[in-house]
Amino acid sequence: MKPMRMLEIDGKSNGYWGLIGLFGLLILIALGSVYYMEHNGHWVTGMSNQIVWGTPHVFAVFLIVAASGALNVASIASVFGKPMYKPLSPLSALLALALLAGGLAVLVLDLGRPDRLIVAMTHYNFKSIFAWNIYLYTGFFAIVGVYLWFLLEKKMNPHSSKIGTFAFLWRLALTTGTGSIFGFLVARQAYDAAIMAPMFIIMSFSYGLAIYLLVLMALYNWTGRDLGDFVIDKLRGLLVVFIAGALYMAVVQHLTNLYATEHHAVERFILLEGGIYTTAFWVGQVLIGSLFPLFLLLYPGTRNSRQAIGLACLLVVAGGLAQMYVTIIGGQAFPLILFPGMEVSSSFFDGQVGSYAPSAPEVGLGIGGIAIALLLVTIGVKFLKFTPETLGDAAMDPHFKAE
Amino acid sequence: MSDENLQDSARRKFLTGLAAMSTLAVAPGVTLIAPAQAAGASSDVRWGMLIDVNKCKSECDKCVGACATENGLKSHDRPATDPQWIRKVTVKDPKSGNEKSLPVMCQHCANPPCADVCPTGASFKRADGIVLVDRHICIGCRYCMMACPYKARSFVHEDVKGQKPYMPRGKGTVEACTLCVHRIDDGRLPACVETCDTGALVFGDLNDPNSGISKAVAEFGATRIRADLGLDPGVMYQGI
Amino acid sequence: MARFGFILILTGFLITAFGNLPAAADGVPVPTLAKPLGEQCVEPKDYMRRNHMDLLKHQRDETLREGVRGKKYSWKGCVECHAAKHPKIAEGKIRTLYPFCAQCHHYAAVKIDCVSCHSTVAQGNEPMKFSTNEEEEAQKLLSMMKGHLGGETSQ
Repeated sequence: MKPMRMLEIDGKSNGYWGLIGLFGLLILIALGSVYYMEHNGHWVTGMSNQIVWGTPHVFAVFLIVAASGALNVASIASVFGKPMYKPLSPLSALLALALLAGGLAVLVLDLGRPDRLIVAMTHYNFKSIFAWNIYLYTGFFAIVGVYLWFLLEKKMNPHSSKIGTFAFLWRLALTTGTGSIFGFLVARQAYDAAIMAPMFIIMSFSYGLAIYLLVLMALYNWTGRDLGDFVIDKLRGLLVVFIAGALYMAVVQHLTNLYATEHHAVERFILLEGGIYTTAFWVGQVLIGSLFPLFLLLYPGTRNSRQAIGLACLLVVAGGLAQMYVTIIGGQAFPLILFPGMEVSSSFFDGQVGSYAPSAPEVGLGIGGIAIALLLVTIGVKFLKFTPETLGDAAMDPHFKAE
Repeated sequence: MSDENLQDSARRKFLTGLAAMSTLAVAPGVTLIAPAQAAGASSDVRWGMLIDVNKCKSECDKCVGACATENGLKSHDRPATDPQWIRKVTVKDPKSGNEKSLPVMCQHCANPPCADVCPTGASFKRADGIVLVDRHICIGCRYCMMACPYKARSFVHEDVKGQKPYMPRGKGTVEACTLCVHRIDDGRLPACVETCDTGALVFGDLNDPNSGISKAVAEFGATRIRADLGLDPGVMYQGI
Repeated sequence: MARFGFILILTGFLITAFGNLPAAADGVPVPTLAKPLGEQCVEPKDYMRRNHMDLLKHQRDETLREGVRGKKYSWKGCVECHAAKHPKIAEGKIRTLYPFCAQCHHYAAVKIDCVSCHSTVAQGNEPMKFSTNEEEEAQKLLSMMKGHLGGETSQ
């Protein structure tokens, strides 16, 4: 493949400024939400002593997981040496950094004491996976930053595979760390499972690629550049594998739990009697997030349609958020089992399913995280050369025959 | 500098060193008579509590009230977010209908999962076994609340005013039963133990085989909630 | 160009040097500190002005994490001496840190995190007694002796 010219975008159109304005507004709303929550205290949110992590964490964990997966496209080029993916790599690295920044912003701003971030970065308890995650996340910024430099600077290109491999391994560690946040919790019936870590890794592949595809299609559509079917089809095929993989992990997790009598109660809750959580699981995670996108991406009538592929990606994102909701909030809503087999009640909601409803400031903060990520990408593509001049079939398809 | 001066300064140094050494030799002996307070918590002691559920009346919640009064916990009529360090739990066997009531608070585990997961080390176990939150470095991430099997911890959801001087607490940090550490360090009993009028709550040193609590456990046995988790809680129950 | 730069710098210097006189009718009033209980503070005034925050920060870990109570630099000890009554606070009935600590902190606009959790109200009416730390005294004695007998600095 002949060397591809990488460009900035013009970024002068009304649409561009409109986008900046929209993201800016969403971020302002998020900051206002944060001020409201911090000033009054968390009692104004839907979170409580029963459900301690709420909608902000749903968005934050989703963004962090997606960030790690968004680097996949670059890894395929640098680590697995596929030439088609090389011009796609810089955008992939940018998206990874932006999504992580958005996710971490939401996580930090929801802390009870966000003013103590310096404390969090200077006091470490290394038995805590959270402490390791702080290093993994900040290290990710540094390593992918260097990786991006190697990708954008021509004379550093030959070395990009080494740093790309390092980045690939680092993000596997990072996503393992994120999944282990839940996997290491022995107390809760819905967590405490080794499968959490590899499941989060496959989820990251799926969410990250879906978001990458959406950003790519939007970028090329709105700047009038050529994005050919060859590239789209390759990424489509990859996304199918990742969605199926994530679904497989979820199936294994639930089947294993269903085998153990100890976990029957929590499985009954998630799969059958959990109300909103059951709906979010079957309709959100399985139907909308996995089966319907798989159909769209595989059925011959839709698999070549840009609209259908774009819709499938959006559905994967929606399903991902639903999966996070079921995992994080559903997992907390199911009561802690202090006395197995007994009926329990107290003034502290023992034995009861925790009630939770997302509150406006929480949702505002969560959406602000997405806005931060997309704003960073929008600004990035204007000032640096992230966009290949053309991704048309003539340039990308090695077997291209002109008609 | 002349030879004489050098010799003098060498002598001076020797005398100083001798004086310093003798002071240091004497000093430890002097500190032996210092009050025990200055020494701090020691791992020779392991504080624990024994709760006799048979003596616990289901309609009584004096321990809960005493804890709230002692520690300045105020209710805002928002039960979902109001702090609750100790609560009465009603446990009913659905098959036999047998019902018991018992107080549950932070179990002060020897292997506390809350301390394991705290990113800054704010959740920690003191040398004498009391599990505390160092609110100076707590960032309010609530991971310890996710990790606790006993739902012992509360998050402070609003501004706090009128704190007791021996129990500082503020918005945005996590808190739980401290086993009334300020009372224990003063040689007194936790507020809940002192208030209980049926003698259901017994407090003492688990490392001392002659203490009341150790003898009671040795004679009548005791169980721990979720003993299967291997956390070795310092709070034990008889009659469940 | 250089002359203009010189005038600019001179102006800046003059403003900095002479612009900070106590305000007359506007601005934050210069602090008036209430008299604390007890004869003297645990350390000399000048030392405390500069270092009271470090002393508190060091002691907090000893007290909380190691359970060492009653030493010199405890928050509670400071409050029991320095809290005073003020007509604007609870009709002058309770002793708080407003008439002492808050005066300088408001003037210097140094908002401290401590008071979001720690009580600023005194409980008793007498200064707190702290436990004698024999080891500390021994160290002081040692350094005093070194000074008298010479040591490395007397050459």
